[in-house]
Amino acid sequence: MSEKKVKRREFIFTATYAVGAVGVGATIWPLIDQMNPDASVKALASTEVDISNVERGQSITVLWRGKPVFIRRRTEEEISKAKEVDLKDLKHPERDEDRAKNPEWLVMLGVCTHLGCVPLGDTGEYGGWFCPCHGSHYDTSGRIRKGPAPTNMEVPKYEFVNNNIIKIG
Amino acid sequence: MSNHEYTPSSKFGKWFNDRLPLLTLGKHLTDYPTPKNLNYWWTFGGILTFCLITQIVTGLILAMHYVAHADLAFGSVEHIMRNVNYGWLIRYTHANGASMFFLAVYIHIFRSLYYGSYKSPREIIWILGMIIYILMMAAAFMGYVLPWGQMSFWGATVITNLFSAIPLIGESIVTWLWGGYSVDNPTLTRFFSLHYLIPFLILGLVVLHIWALHVPGNNNPIGIDLKKPSKDTVPFHPYIVIKDLFALLIFLIIFAFFVFYSPNILGHADNYIEANPMVTPAHIVPEWYLLPFYAILRSVPDKLLGVIAMFGALFILVILPWLDTSRTRSAIFRPLYKQFYWFLVADVLILGYVGAMPAEGIYLLVARVATAYYFAHFLIILPVLSRKEKVLDVPLSITEPVLGGSVSASALKQKKDKL
Amino acid sequence: MKRFLIIFFFLISINLIHPFSFAAEKAAKPMSPGWSFKGFFGTFDRASLQRGYQVYTEVCASCHSMKHLSYRNLSQPGGPEFSEDQVKIIASQFEVRDGPNDDGEMFDRPGRPSDNFVSPYANDKEATAANGGAYPPDMSVLVKARMGGADYIYSLLLGYEEPPEGISLDDGVYYNKYMAGNKIKMSNPLSEGIVEYADGTKATEEQMAKDVTTFLSWTAEPHLEERHKIGFRAIVYLIIITILVYFSMKKIWSRVESEI
Repeated sequence: MSEKKVKRREFIFTATYAVGAVGVGATIWPLIDQMNPDASVKALASTEVDISNVERGQSITVLWRGKPVFIRRRTEEEISKAKEVDLKDLKHPERDEDRAKNPEWLVMLGVCTHLGCVPLGDTGEYGGWFCPCHGSHYDTSGRIRKGPAPTNMEVPKYEFVNNNIIKIG
Repeated sequence: MSNHEYTPSSKFGKWFNDRLPLLTLGKHLTDYPTPKNLNYWWTFGGILTFCLITQIVTGLILAMHYVAHADLAFGSVEHIMRNVNYGWLIRYTHANGASMFFLAVYIHIFRSLYYGSYKSPREIIWILGMIIYILMMAAAFMGYVLPWGQMSFWGATVITNLFSAIPLIGESIVTWLWGGYSVDNPTLTRFFSLHYLIPFLILGLVVLHIWALHVPGNNNPIGIDLKKPSKDTVPFHPYIVIKDLFALLIFLIIFAFFVFYSPNILGHADNYIEANPMVTPAHIVPEWYLLPFYAILRSVPDKLLGVIAMFGALFILVILPWLDTSRTRSAIFRPLYKQFYWFLVADVLILGYVGAMPAEGIYLLVARVATAYYFAHFLIILPVLSRKEKVLDVPLSITEPVLGGSVSASALKQKKDKL
Repeated sequence: MKRFLIIFFFLISINLIHPFSFAAEKAAKPMSPGWSFKGFFGTFDRASLQRGYQVYTEVCASCHSMKHLSYRNLSQPGGPEFSEDQVKIIASQFEVRDGPNDDGEMFDRPGRPSDNFVSPYANDKEATAANGGAYPPDMSVLVKARMGGADYIYSLLLGYEEPPEGISLDDGVYYNKYMAGNKIKMSNPLSEGIVEYADGTKATEEQMAKDVTTFLSWTAEPHLEERHKIGFRAIVYLIIITILVYFSMKKIWSRVESEI
């Protein structure tokens, strides 16, 4: 066999393998993507909450994307306590002003950043939240202060539609 | 199987193979000596393996989104079609995949009939294949029930009622199958469970089917026994692998036309109407691949005898190796058998056609004649042919007809090059 | 072997024919106005879909539900492609039953894009009772649920006629030459000018029938455009890889034949 022929054989095999790999990849993608959130789930990505009945010092918990969202109308005392904290004392330094744009309202995902349990309200060593699963303490701004959780409770994207309605997501 | 001990080249491979001889198995599969004169009708084994895997993978995915409940099933199928990412693609592949699977299995079976692949020493391969075929029909029937449309519901009602033909205990069996007094939610959930189970049974049987094949090795168009390995054989990899792949791709092009351009043509419009126990569709027709048996069922005027005839038509295939006792395998060397083979093919197609037609008038008459001929083929014609037929001379090796007949152009060219 | 092939194509073809061989007695063959969504590259006519949606809401929706669709579908690619803001407005025009609220009560609120189409009746029984004992079928997959598909629906909408002599009709039963048995319990839903199209198209019966059938074809098969697009690519790809594999196969098998 001449050298040219060897080359052509190699080319046809390489081309077949390469084109075949592309096809296999394109076939596998739908099989993977079907497990991603479907169109009906994505459509529920935002929810509107009526907060007109929440008094100072009270919280409500609403469901958003299958997870609890804590909405707390904080007292002056809680706000000042949250603001006084020195950022150097924090495991995950975040200013309260950045977490609660309107200081009266704290909106955050009620999910412990350790392993996903729902913390209890109005308890814990810092007067905020306490996760019963593995003992993480959060302060009145939902920041981690003590325990195994690595970060503060997450603040979702939200906006005030008007004085009575918050849109989460 | 070859008796040559295989030793992996790497140290780890050797260590592993001594404990679990997977590499020996792999070596056996790639080196498996295959007759080199296999034609494209032999590629359907590989195509069927592909079909089974496709059905299992797409089915597994559909089960992630489907809800097996009488009130929710229809809606969940629509959810798959509308909301799930690529759900329409996966469902249409699964639904048309069933038809493609049967298309391939019918070609596979008729290939075996033509070339006598069911004959000694391959009876067990044949019987395993028939069990797989019967399980396929069960899986397809139950799968068709799951979307819970009108055809699902009434198909399930009609087919389960077949068992009521059994004397004395028939009614109790039907009630037991239903888990109630009609086809309803309990029936749907158990059908879902069994529909999920059966493909894995089929997979297990396919392994046995291939295992049983690898003991005597493949039959071939000439139908003679071969020395293995010899110059009449080629190793399975890469020769047969690439040939199977080529045939599979042709098959996939046809498959893709169905999935993308006429995904509902093999189905029935009534199955897009949600199941309603109060209204029966005007014509209940099973899926095309069950039509010949449906025709046999309807051609017998007695309920019990009709059911017996239908199941008999399947069972008769199982005992085929003992009905056709001719020593010559391939129809190529059996001129009379070849004629009757094509009569049988036509007969089955006619049965399929009348199975789709209303059971009345000329259709019923044709169905009766075709049913009678079907049984006559296996019970009378084959045994008589086995004794009386004058067969042609069978060549001693496959090299003989290959050389005498169709030497391919490329082979000639190669020879010229050498000269 | 050619006979083999011919027979298997025959096997397929008889099965393609059989659904149509039942085309119910006494019904005329459906007409086709020519659909833009048929064929290899078929796509929906957006303007027709939007008009069809208007016909559906203003005419059909008073009796026929469409429970498998959501308002958000109206803005998805391959559909009528209303803008998201338009869909918000469309959805908000419907009252959706929601709840229970914190007091445990059900309440009505304006619809959102994520809501399913609001059904005109609370349940199938109510729908049946309100329509003289004939259940107005859900329209989500209606086109796929009828033999003849879009052609049949289109023809049916235009198939109302005076009954021929010798056929007497009960109250609330109408004559339609495309309906199986020719008797239908739905009165002729379309009359010229029953809707006023926003885009100025003249609302003739044929126009409305075509638009609403186009819309129903989309609701039955919302991913049709994507399917045609992916299908074309898939088949082109398969042909290319088949050719490559064919030449690879020839190469590999040439080794054997040269040894003979």
